[in-house]
Amino acid sequence: MSVLIFAEGVDKSIKKSSLEAISAGFLLAQKLNTEAIAIAIGEYDAAALQELGKAGAKKVLHVNLPGYPSALAYASVLAGAAKDVGALVVLLSKSALGDGIVSRLSVQLNASSATGVLAVPEVSGDTLKVRKSIYTGKAFADLSLSGAVKVISLAKNAVPLKEDGAAATVESKTYPVSELAGKLVHQNEEKASGDILLTEADIVVSGGRGLKGPENWGMIEELAKILGAATGCSKPVSDLDWRPHHEHVGQTGVKVSPNLYIAVGISGAIQHLAGVSGSKVIVVINKDPEAPFFKAADYGIVGDAFEVVPKLIEAAKKL
Amino acid sequence: MKILVCITNVPDTTSKISFSDDKKKFNDAGIQFIIGPYDEYALSKAVDIKEKNNATIVVLNVGGPETEPTIRKALAIGADEAIRVNATPTDAWFVANQIAAVAKDGGYDLILMGRESIDFNGGVVHGMVAELLGLPSVSPVMSMELEGTKATMAKEIEGGKELLEVSLPFVAGCQEPIAEWKIPNMRGIMSARTKPLNVVEPVAVVGNVVYDQFSLPAPKGTVKLIDASDPAKLLDLLRNEAKVL
Repeated sequence: MSVLIFAEGVDKSIKKSSLEAISAGFLLAQKLNTEAIAIAIGEYDAAALQELGKAGAKKVLHVNLPGYPSALAYASVLAGAAKDVGALVVLLSKSALGDGIVSRLSVQLNASSATGVLAVPEVSGDTLKVRKSIYTGKAFADLSLSGAVKVISLAKNAVPLKEDGAAATVESKTYPVSELAGKLVHQNEEKASGDILLTEADIVVSGGRGLKGPENWGMIEELAKILGAATGCSKPVSDLDWRPHHEHVGQTGVKVSPNLYIAVGISGAIQHLAGVSGSKVIVVINKDPEAPFFKAADYGIVGDAFEVVPKLIEAAKKL
Repeated sequence: MKILVCITNVPDTTSKISFSDDKKKFNDAGIQFIIGPYDEYALSKAVDIKEKNNATIVVLNVGGPETEPTIRKALAIGADEAIRVNATPTDAWFVANQIAAVAKDGGYDLILMGRESIDFNGGVVHGMVAELLGLPSVSPVMSMELEGTKATMAKEIEGGKELLEVSLPFVAGCQEPIAEWKIPNMRGIMSARTKPLNVVEPVAVVGNVVYDQFSLPAPKGTVKLIDASDPAKLLDLLRNEAKVL
């Protein structure tokens, strides 16, 4: 018996959201009187795999995956691993990839499932009680998951990271990959390199139409860089092609849940708020004191972004 | 070519959400229901394909009779016929099984839907349908070009996108900017009234997820305003009061 946690990587290191999932898996395994086993699929060096132990994994399964790593391929490997280690629960972090995995894996394992869960599940007999946000951040639902196996994805920044776990034992494993995965042919990818991923960031600095044009994004990027933040934008900004679509935060874009969300020149339409409601602290900088975003903010500055942001940058440099 | 487009009937994105029946039921009083925004991208893409490749579009919704205005809107936008599975959707697994039951012997070349519904935000129905039908699936799809029996798609990934090629049939979860939304014209609206809308009964599904209750987030306190001339004060509060820097 075990709790199996999928450790997803980016550029050969494990994503912070996956380490959070392992920390959650550690706590859940304690509640279930079993052990947390992490599974890393792909190329990782020993140091990256040791991070999994620190986050709470007792054991790490390291699996090589030839070919394009689609959700389909991952799901079949995880299904094999889940059966191998007698997983009661498979945990992973919520993302588009995660959704693809949860959907397939839950069917393959005949498991109940939930995506975007906001805390470590509570154990009630054979049932797990979980809370997730619904209506794109406007409400919560409490769910009971039954059945012998559960597949759960965790929202980012929902569980504090454990960093004091013991060294984990690493085992190399092989599990079959679904033939169906071969039908997806990967051609190429375009990826912003070196930037902090919006969905993984602890701090996000977003700009809206109040910035007047893409040429004015320099100060947003500079502020983000100093704070170690990712950059985001509102929907109109992405619709106008001032910024790439993957930076669009909101109801129909990326949902973020950082510790700190700084919105510059964004009025705060309900659709934008839906994408940021998981943020722990929200700062709004807007020259319109009536901007609805101030009602959802913790801190605010009423002022012209072109005056406030440069001053903020100067102050941040002194931190 | 035959395309199945699965749509959800969801509250308009500007809706104020509340619950009734001891927090067990969504309060739909005064709520305007719409085609799920992501589903509408899927439908718009199907209409583009129809205009180019002469396809038949069947739109599918799992819901009670109250969803028919939303289904008629999909017909007005360009679907040729509709199927309503006469059941209240209980969870993703239930809906996926209903879609798979309809799609199984339907001879569809493409099954399109939104990347997620905007009510329960699960994002898993497309993958479950594909798994049930033994088909490949891709989501979230931002562009799709069809050539013969092959499709080339751009799929959004964190921080960018990747290009994939896959043979028909497959399942796709769609999002912007895959197609421009279509505004139904008068002819579309008139013809939608007479296009076939078939009601079928649901297949039995054993569920293992129960929604116990719903709740709303605690209201935010009042915003703390900092003078525009002193942004350093903001950083000080973020570091020492909010402890997020």
